Amino acid sequence: MSVISIDTDILIVGGGAAGCFAAVEIYKKSPGCRVVVMEKAHIERSGCLAMGLNAINAYLHAGQTPDSYVAYVERQFEGIIRKDLVSSIVLGLNDVVKDVEKMGLPIEKHEDGTYKTRGKRSIRIFGERLKPILAQTVQKTPARVLNRVVATNFIYDGTRVCGAFGFGVRDGSFYVIRAKAVIVATGGASGIYKPHNTGEARHLLWYCPWNAGAGYAMGIRIGAEMTSFENRFIALRVKDVNAPTGTIAVGARSKQINAHGEDYLECYYKHWGGNRCLTHHRLLATVQEKKIGRGPCYLDTTTLNEVEERRLKEDFLNMNPQIILLWATKEMNPRRRPVEICGTEPFLVGGHCQAGYWIDKDRRTTIPGLYAAGEVAGGAPKKYVSGSWVEARIAATTALEDTKGMSLMNTEEEAIGRERARVLHPLTRKAGISPAEARERLQKIMDEYAGGISMDYELHEERLLEARRLLKCLKDRMKDLAVANNYSLVEALECVDRIDVARVLVEHLIYRKETRWACYQTRLDYPEKDNSRWLVFVNSTYNPRTDEILMAERPLCS
Amino acid sequence: MSISIDETICNGCKGLPEARCERICPGDLCYRKENTKAAIRDQSACWTCGCCVKECPVQAIELRLPFQICSNGSSLKARLKPDKTIWTVWDAEGRPEEFIIQAKWLKGD
Repeated sequence: MSVISIDTDILIVGGGAAGCFAAVEIYKKSPGCRVVVMEKAHIERSGCLAMGLNAINAYLHAGQTPDSYVAYVERQFEGIIRKDLVSSIVLGLNDVVKDVEKMGLPIEKHEDGTYKTRGKRSIRIFGERLKPILAQTVQKTPARVLNRVVATNFIYDGTRVCGAFGFGVRDGSFYVIRAKAVIVATGGASGIYKPHNTGEARHLLWYCPWNAGAGYAMGIRIGAEMTSFENRFIALRVKDVNAPTGTIAVGARSKQINAHGEDYLECYYKHWGGNRCLTHHRLLATVQEKKIGRGPCYLDTTTLNEVEERRLKEDFLNMNPQIILLWATKEMNPRRRPVEICGTEPFLVGGHCQAGYWIDKDRRTTIPGLYAAGEVAGGAPKKYVSGSWVEARIAATTALEDTKGMSLMNTEEEAIGRERARVLHPLTRKAGISPAEARERLQKIMDEYAGGISMDYELHEERLLEARRLLKCLKDRMKDLAVANNYSLVEALECVDRIDVARVLVEHLIYRKETRWACYQTRLDYPEKDNSRWLVFVNSTYNPRTDEILMAERPLCS
Repeated sequence: MSISIDETICNGCKGLPEARCERICPGDLCYRKENTKAAIRDQSACWTCGCCVKECPVQAIELRLPFQICSNGSSLKARLKPDKTIWTVWDAEGRPEEFIIQAKWLKGD
């Protein structure tokens, strides 16, 4: 196996929404700066945006103020958000959307040129090609894009991140990329929990199945401080195909009904605000209806007319083509039959919720030389795609500023050899644990002991302690992973990353002894929200020498 | 089954270093077989994102849902034009329905 060494100024790990935007931003601000984008798949269709997108859900419409926007996010997250981060995002939202429109994204507009609103903070886009548009803008810059190179670890000498290691899936090469600064933008983590679809449908997930938490895991392994992993995300979606309910509920104004046809939010959950309740209460109400025996629940699409139905289908083709297949039979037509909804398995994301790196307002992580943007960055929920672009802009600006006059650091041969041996190890073994076995074991542990879908997302201490014990055993077995080809090696590396992430997640779930966000974090043994004690961030730092996860609390800041 | 590749239509993107579906699949699932036709290595790993369907210039690939999710046999194909995407969905009875949606392509068709 050959070693490919590349020197650059700024390395971007992950060529998704945030990574692409960061590359373009660096070029705009400093055209001479050398940039490398390390991308696991191909940047034209990778990450969360691979399928496309039909709405941008973070936008500041006329009549909204930055303060009202921040207050909305704070309310949705029961008082715990990094207001400094969310504020910085809100101020940049409209600029980045304008930038992406200039790149080529079609956006629905009024005759006067203003964007049409689709809900209070949302605009409707024709985003089937949003990812190719971003990628092609990157391809016009001198940035060097390494497609099909999977990041495995940061190059870290104990004081500073000075690059990253990667594995080339196509060429089988080991990559050593030295950089003055690294922006991590790998997205969140799916596949931690047993998925709601199994067998041949096991990858019909809400979130990109190949966002396996590599960025979290790489940060964890060098002791970067992480925040709010316990703030898991569970999406309320069209059952089985994961189509966004917002497209129907907001776009077509359909109501949520239970099996008896009742508007259950208004009938039974008025105390949470009925139809105006928080996102996680909407999910909890749907879970409760199921438990009580009034499920399944639906979005009532039977009131749609033919024009609205067609428009709805067009919106879904831009984002989630699967649902069109589901509807392509008379019995399943949405005007004839309401659309069944349910919760997905839990995911870890910093874009809908706030699991991720603990960062300062300029997007520096706690490790010098390492910056975070997008889903992998914590503390700023509901940033979605446009907020990720703003974060990419801020991280790029900071990285450029911080690296002025800096030179590259040397990488020790020994460190290269060690990482190369770690990465290649499963390929050297003739027999052992397969990636599928490891994945299924992890997902079973998390589902049953750490509040997966089969447990209605509920948690309590004794089960979590069992999850902790079982995950430690599983981690110790990972040295026995064995694979036969490069594709499977990537699967094996994903398993290792996911286990590192899951262990941190479980510690966060154990630590917060209250119920802060229903379903996302429901503690049966501490069922109340306790503002007198828990209006704090729960953070963690992994110690690679002792294999211990150290927990800490950080106060809310203004 | 999540995608179905029609070998009578697929030309394996002859002359290119990789088949287009192989180049684009976000999960690295498509590859070229020895007979130069494209194939998917693991149906259960497919996200059903449709990227390969959109990328295929001869419309050899169709999107389907795994049988456990949907047993009606419907399928979906796409043709990408510089200013629009043309989708065709075949319903349970094999009747096609077409959708033309505005889009923008920066490179040539």
